[in-house]
Amino acid sequence: MTNNIKDGTNNIKNGTSNIKYELDQDSIALLTIDLPGKSMNVISSGLLNDLENLIIKIAQDDTIKGAVITSGKTGSFVAGADLSMLLGMTENITTIPAEEVFASAFRMNDILRKMETSGKPFAAAINGLALGGGLEICLACHYRVVADNPKITLGFPEVMVGLLPGAGGTQRLPRLMGVQPALPFLLQGKNMNPKNALANNVVHEIAPLENIVAKAKAWIAGGGKPVQPWDEKRFKVPGGQGAFNPGIAQTFMGAQAMVQKETKGNYPAVVAILSCVYEGHQLPMDTAIKIETKYFATLLQGNVAPNMIRTLFVNKQAAEKGIRRPKDIPPMKTKKLGMLGAGMMGAGIAFVSAMAGIEVVLLDREQKFAEKGKAYSEGLLTKRVKRKKMTQEKADGILALIKPTTDYADLEGCDLIIEAVLEDVAVKADVTAKVEAVVGTDCIYASNTSTLPITGLAKASRDESQFIGIHFFSPVDKMPLVEIIMGEKTGDPALAKALDYVAQIRKTPIVVNDSRGFYTSRCFGTYVTEAVNMLAEGVSPALIENCGVFSGMAVGPFAVGDEVSIELSYHVGQATKKGMGDAYPVQPADAVIEKMYLELDRKGKKNGHGWYEYPEGGTKYLWPGLGENFPLAENQPTAEDVTNRLLYRQAIEVIRCYEEGVLTAPEDADIGAIFGWGFAPWTGGPLSMVDTIGVKEFAAECDRLAQKHGGGFSVPEMLRGKADNNEKFYS
Amino acid sequence: MTEAYIYDYVKTPRGRGKANGSLHEVTPIDLLTQILKALKDRTEFDPELVDDIITGTATPVAEQGAVMPRFAGIMAGYGHHVPGLQVNRFCSSGLVATNYAAARVMAGQADLIIGSGVEAMSRIPMGSDGGAWAVDPQASANIGFAPQGIGADLMGNLYGFSREDCDAFAVQSQQRAKAAWDKGYFADSLVPIKDKLGMIVLDHDEHMRPEATMEALAGLKPSFADMGEFGFDSIALKRYPHVEKITHIHHAGNASGIVDGAAGILIGTKEMGDALGLKPRARFVSFADIGSEPVVMLDGPGRSAGKALKRAGMTTDDIDVWEINEAFAAVALRFIQELGLDSANVNVNGGSIAMGHPLGATGAIILGTALEEMERSDKSTALASLCVGGGMATATIIERV
Repeated sequence: MTNNIKDGTNNIKNGTSNIKYELDQDSIALLTIDLPGKSMNVISSGLLNDLENLIIKIAQDDTIKGAVITSGKTGSFVAGADLSMLLGMTENITTIPAEEVFASAFRMNDILRKMETSGKPFAAAINGLALGGGLEICLACHYRVVADNPKITLGFPEVMVGLLPGAGGTQRLPRLMGVQPALPFLLQGKNMNPKNALANNVVHEIAPLENIVAKAKAWIAGGGKPVQPWDEKRFKVPGGQGAFNPGIAQTFMGAQAMVQKETKGNYPAVVAILSCVYEGHQLPMDTAIKIETKYFATLLQGNVAPNMIRTLFVNKQAAEKGIRRPKDIPPMKTKKLGMLGAGMMGAGIAFVSAMAGIEVVLLDREQKFAEKGKAYSEGLLTKRVKRKKMTQEKADGILALIKPTTDYADLEGCDLIIEAVLEDVAVKADVTAKVEAVVGTDCIYASNTSTLPITGLAKASRDESQFIGIHFFSPVDKMPLVEIIMGEKTGDPALAKALDYVAQIRKTPIVVNDSRGFYTSRCFGTYVTEAVNMLAEGVSPALIENCGVFSGMAVGPFAVGDEVSIELSYHVGQATKKGMGDAYPVQPADAVIEKMYLELDRKGKKNGHGWYEYPEGGTKYLWPGLGENFPLAENQPTAEDVTNRLLYRQAIEVIRCYEEGVLTAPEDADIGAIFGWGFAPWTGGPLSMVDTIGVKEFAAECDRLAQKHGGGFSVPEMLRGKADNNEKFYS
Repeated sequence: MTEAYIYDYVKTPRGRGKANGSLHEVTPIDLLTQILKALKDRTEFDPELVDDIITGTATPVAEQGAVMPRFAGIMAGYGHHVPGLQVNRFCSSGLVATNYAAARVMAGQADLIIGSGVEAMSRIPMGSDGGAWAVDPQASANIGFAPQGIGADLMGNLYGFSREDCDAFAVQSQQRAKAAWDKGYFADSLVPIKDKLGMIVLDHDEHMRPEATMEALAGLKPSFADMGEFGFDSIALKRYPHVEKITHIHHAGNASGIVDGAAGILIGTKEMGDALGLKPRARFVSFADIGSEPVVMLDGPGRSAGKALKRAGMTTDDIDVWEINEAFAAVALRFIQELGLDSANVNVNGGSIAMGHPLGATGAIILGTALEEMERSDKSTALASLCVGGGMATATIIERV
């Protein structure tokens, strides 16, 4: 990176392209960060260049007293780093010499350190949210005033994408608020509002928005000292510091246990953050920020952060912004939703829709069922009011949007129908006909079926192009993903409508093509089935379950198998067998599930007896009878083998879906896996995982597994081709 | 190779390692000083002849740190010419100090030397030295750290010892210790600790609970369940994923007591013994230290014993008297199980569950206990071993002469 202006004699009159510069009559500069063409400021290399130039100018120009930094964006100061830029930095990073990686990673730390040691007072006027690098700019200022809006969030969300606050955040926050209190903000990405920030010494003053710049300037005019507390001779970290402090030793011993329990050792960022704080808080700031940068660089060099950034941030955001939406269809906002079936799914969909301001007609066979579905929303809204997250008035307004009914005539005027009735083709067809008799021809009809192919259901419709699958996950109000399923004849308007609706209810969409179990149910099933296959082979159930948990999957395979219920697994298996006929690939798991359900009456969590035993009032434990009915093999596999089988089997199915055209993009595969069935987020999703392992290496391991454990692992042509051509899933 | 002989062994009584413990008023340097004085007074050697004072201490910080044995020697009247050396291998420090003292003799680099250990746990609590393994996030994440009790509970789970098994072992330890005390088995080596006025501060092991019953122990809450829940169980299970969950079986009643205490062993060559007119009581046959998996951390004694036996060309059948430190009941039970021992020959006079485990001193104490038991029962060989934090273990074999 080059700096155009290196000295203070330059002629920055009105600022730079990213920062507006104004000098007032008191010789106090106002730097207003305002990235052109963006709704929020993000840390980009251009912004850093500009900031550095201005800092140099202010430091060297004797006529300037000091500077206030604020933002030109309404409601936000700086939202953090440009993650796409960071992702770019990670490309080929392993081939770049360590010195260069360090230098580029150290850049922002260096600039902010120059600012706080420039000899000129800098004050931050924080007008809105300041996250990550945004908050780091603030913390490097000598004085910080924040607007008195309780909705303003200040925090370090870096850990969520596998990173750490790499511009002094891990150093300045503990020095301001104490080591132990700072850890949750760094390790969990917890936010604080202005009040918490003031109590934690993170800001000095809260003021009405219109006064923050004046207050910041007043501090400078009043002789504000341009020295940070940690640069004072007798500085002590509040609450104690150093390896000799027993409290500090306890804190790190305990923090490690907590983060390991949470992360199972799969997230290098949490350990890196702990180390930044542990090592850094014992060092002078100039050395401390270098340590921080070194740990930051290790995360950029690793696989976890780039994979997480790509899937959990960049691609997820692109999906939410409609990357899969047909471009030439005008916006198709849903105004009136017809929700068919007021069971658990229907009630949940009605709730999230009403929350988005959509009028909902909630229809069921009997009025009491429909009312019960509406009562679900009432319960959730009451909770929000009780927790002071919502006013009673607003809650009443939302509830009033839901009309429970049994009368199809009430569906008149609906522009979107979502059907969540009994999983029976005939019942669904009947409902479709009844609805279409009432609604207009441009109304889009969606089914929330989780098992029945959309193309088949669409045949009951007068216009198959208007028919689509919108598959929600349970509980609807908590699960972030929606799987949109294209039937063979589904048209672009239906897709646009579905995506616009998903955007309205603020969920993350993936778009897949029709297939048995679509994408998520089909691939998720392999996780549990592979666990049961291993059980059939005599692998210790505890080993299987723990490997699932430690691999980073949201839930162990047997625990989640019980949630879904063994009963359902049995019925789905039977239906699949029937559907596929001779093509059905028999697996060792089939006999186990049959025996569990038919012989041993173990249905799952719902009857208290599944893979686990659920004692009343006690904690569940793996059913000891598993050992008797499925005896342990003498030689147990290693944990690595078991873990690989659990993760790789899912990835193979994902690749099959891609090969068969159920999936059309790796982004959908990875987002759907993580948000749909809890695939280990640290991997960035199954296809990111395969790319990281190496497609060739992954295929070779699957060949080995297929030989030992059967066709589930047989390498799909698509994978073979990519392995042979040295291609990745993400190019 | 020169033979190294044991000429004398003394120990302090063990005081409760709390503010209400009798030895709480006694500084660690005073404990060690009284041990060194006792050795000198009992055998009346010229202290100038002592080549070194090696002392094990598991938490060598503050008043217990900074090469304390050097200064205890001067306080004990050994003069300025006797150096001191402090060693630390956590719980086996006292045995390591003794082994290394013997090794100096065997290597021909010392003629008269003291191996010893001291730990004033009521004054310098365990863990006061912090350390890298448990505290530095890089170390704890890479190596895996969980408190010893978690490892002990896990050992019970791994090798099939229940809470009841551990409680039964604890009751036996109490009963055996009581019997040994009642019969005066410890009388010869015991150095009552005195105050400045010469009054006796403590002359018996005050941690013992001979009245302990299975019923009483059954009422105690497992000590490590909360810590496990906090996150340490997860760390342990990640290393041992075939264990479904950790069942916490250890508590204050079936784990070693936290106590204050010290012990010393006088070691020398045959020639030095002859010159001083001392009768050798035993010779060092072999010793070994090993490293083992650090999360479960306490399962090393069997392997350290095996290594020492192999070095000596012996088998378990060649050992008459066994001492395994009762850090936790499961450690001793696993040692017996792993080596296929007859528990009638193991810790016959009780152990640390009953009498307490002054970390750095225990190694010297159990070696001395083995020596005295051989002499009492007219047996000829003994093996003493301790599990060690961080996944280590030490074992020593001695033989009567």
